[in-house]
Amino acid sequence: MLRILYQTLRTGLVTEKTLPEADKKIEIVGNALREEVHKRFHRSLTIREIDAGSCNGCELEIHAMNNPHYDCERFGVHFTASPRFADVLFVTGPVSRNMEIALKRTVDATPAPKIVVAVGDCAACGGVFGTSYASLGAVENVVPVDVKVPGCPPSPAALIRALLEAVGRK
Amino acid sequence: MVAPPVEQVLAEQFGGLLRIDDASREGVLILSLPADEIHEAARIVKKSGGRLAAEWATDDTPFGRELALWTAFAVPVPDSAKDRFILIRSDVPIRNPLFPTLTGSFAAAYRFERIISSFFGIDSIGHPDRRPWIRHEDWPDGFFPLRKNVSIDAPFVRSEGSYEWIRGDGEGVYEIPVGPVHAGIIEPGHFRFQAVGETILNLEERLGYVHKGIEKRFESLSWAEGARLAGRISGDSTFAHALAWCLAVEEMAGILVPPRAAWLRALLLERERIANHLGDIGAIANDAAFAFLLAQLSRLREEVLRLNRSLFGHRLLMDRIVPGGVSADLDAKGIEAILIEMDRLSAEFERLVVIYDENPSLQDRVVTTGIVTKKTAADLGLVGFVARASGIPSDRRVRFPFPPYDELMVREATRSNGDVNDRVWVRIEEVRESIRLIREILTRLPGGPALPSESLQVRPQPGLTGLGVVEGWRGEIVTWVQAGPSGEVHRVMVRDPSQVNWLGLERAVLGNIVPDFPLCNKSFNQSYSGHDL
Ligand code: SF4
Repeated sequence: MLRILYQTLRTGLVTEKTLPEADKKIEIVGNALREEVHKRFHRSLTIREIDAGSCNGCELEIHAMNNPHYDCERFGVHFTASPRFADVLFVTGPVSRNMEIALKRTVDATPAPKIVVAVGDCAACGGVFGTSYASLGAVENVVPVDVKVPGCPPSPAALIRALLEAVGRK
Repeated sequence: MVAPPVEQVLAEQFGGLLRIDDASREGVLILSLPADEIHEAARIVKKSGGRLAAEWATDDTPFGRELALWTAFAVPVPDSAKDRFILIRSDVPIRNPLFPTLTGSFAAAYRFERIISSFFGIDSIGHPDRRPWIRHEDWPDGFFPLRKNVSIDAPFVRSEGSYEWIRGDGEGVYEIPVGPVHAGIIEPGHFRFQAVGETILNLEERLGYVHKGIEKRFESLSWAEGARLAGRISGDSTFAHALAWCLAVEEMAGILVPPRAAWLRALLLERERIANHLGDIGAIANDAAFAFLLAQLSRLREEVLRLNRSLFGHRLLMDRIVPGGVSADLDAKGIEAILIEMDRLSAEFERLVVIYDENPSLQDRVVTTGIVTKKTAADLGLVGFVARASGIPSDRRVRFPFPPYDELMVREATRSNGDVNDRVWVRIEEVRESIRLIREILTRLPGGPALPSESLQVRPQPGLTGLGVVEGWRGEIVTWVQAGPSGEVHRVMVRDPSQVNWLGLERAVLGNIVPDFPLCNKSFNQSYSGHDL
């Protein structure tokens, strides 16, 4: 137990005020995000992630939004296990033929109004996989999309910025 | 008495039926044998301690031939810690596309052959399971996408059909279906449990949800473009997959890699290993409700990714490798930065290892959970850290090394209990070893160019093949490429470690309680995308 306390103290606070790859303050983006979340979503914005065919690269960066450096929970953003509780859907990957039905059902199971964010180049335009017998390409080919986040994969910072754009819209 | 080499036994058994291909090279023997005999050959290879690494088909009609079955065996070299590969090609007629199943000798053939049947319409006689695999039940009848007469964007009309699940019955047996959309930020797949009370009687996996037609897509790209796609087979192993692709293409086309590029490749491969192991050890602890380690280790992981970005231009190292070299070099300042990072990382990591090891509530969850015995691991032909945790040496960096691993003397980590704890410990040891390797690589990094020369063109002779074998962080990746009649991409076969290791998870959970499934699953962390392709 003592070791855990020591380690916690030694680490200190690593959560950042600035976004690493731009000189934009993450807290400016974050506070704007928090305000929107406060106003429109009663302090808590809930995201459900759906992998519709991704290579898993996008998932790694979505995970990173929760690491201590970005800590997106401080802006009122949470990930949920069920689409029933979600305000926002993060959809990754080109939509595979074998996920098409599951994606549609998950989107249907999410209460309106919902914001659908296509995360990553694949979700935005089909990426390297394109369209084929196995892949339907961009998410908008299957369900309506509100915001697209380019990048392969988009960085955690880009994802947080995209979230602000998404909630500001509806 | 020393046992004669396998090819000698095969030659004695099959006489004139067996032919040795001229394209054989050191460490890779290419044979051809009639398809009717292939199960006999498999039996002989099995007896000599070999393992079925991959089994796939090709449609050779562009060469004026018919279909073919390929099998790749990893066979131990006597009196050494090394393996070599034996590849066997067998002609398969289009009108009667059949061959005898290898499932009698190798469990891994179970899914390989279901895939061959699903994508080529070639069936194996005697296979115990006729259900398709990756191909879902609503695919059109008679649609075999890897045949050459089917175009990649062929119209696709869903049909009716249902999948037949294995059923358990008896008093108190109930079923829990999970997925394809899971509760976390994870890839999709379906799991069906039969349980009594909390105890798992049976787990049946059903995958294929993220099948994107990758192998077919390769056939529409140039050799140069293929590296980008290979880097997106499984995003967490982007570098390892792109490396396996490049090794295969370079071998096929006789391309030499400058020494500096080879060493930089090893550096990036080890960085990918460290980043993934850090994230996974944290995630395993988190699934046992010890979030502290997740926070700490994901912080360390983030720092590795940031240095990747600032030195090489991409957090996950995507597209940093091309046939003939790498696409990012390192200067003296970069070397210094990594050495400082390694010192820091090593010190922090060791403190966290002590916390992992000394926490009784965590140990209570991970010790004796999800056991894969050595025998099961060997029977299933498991690879990577999963195999090593069950006591099976399998590290390709040791057993089938490419430069510079032939000079680096990797120390292989193995354990013997095969539980969640041992799968964590193998990874802990591997993080330590990768840190040691990175330091050594940086001190020995040769000078000279790292990028391929601008005039480099991949122009292989028709029909030539290449094999790339890489120990990614998850385990052995096998990539095989073949050039077509005009030197284009004819066929690419990718065998991610997940394609065999998913079988291990089905066995690991038996007799465990349902609430421990996430923990077992996380300790395997197999790829869905790499499996489904
Ligand atoms: S955008 Fe890139 S990282 Fe994301 S799923 Fe597509 S290939 Fe993978």
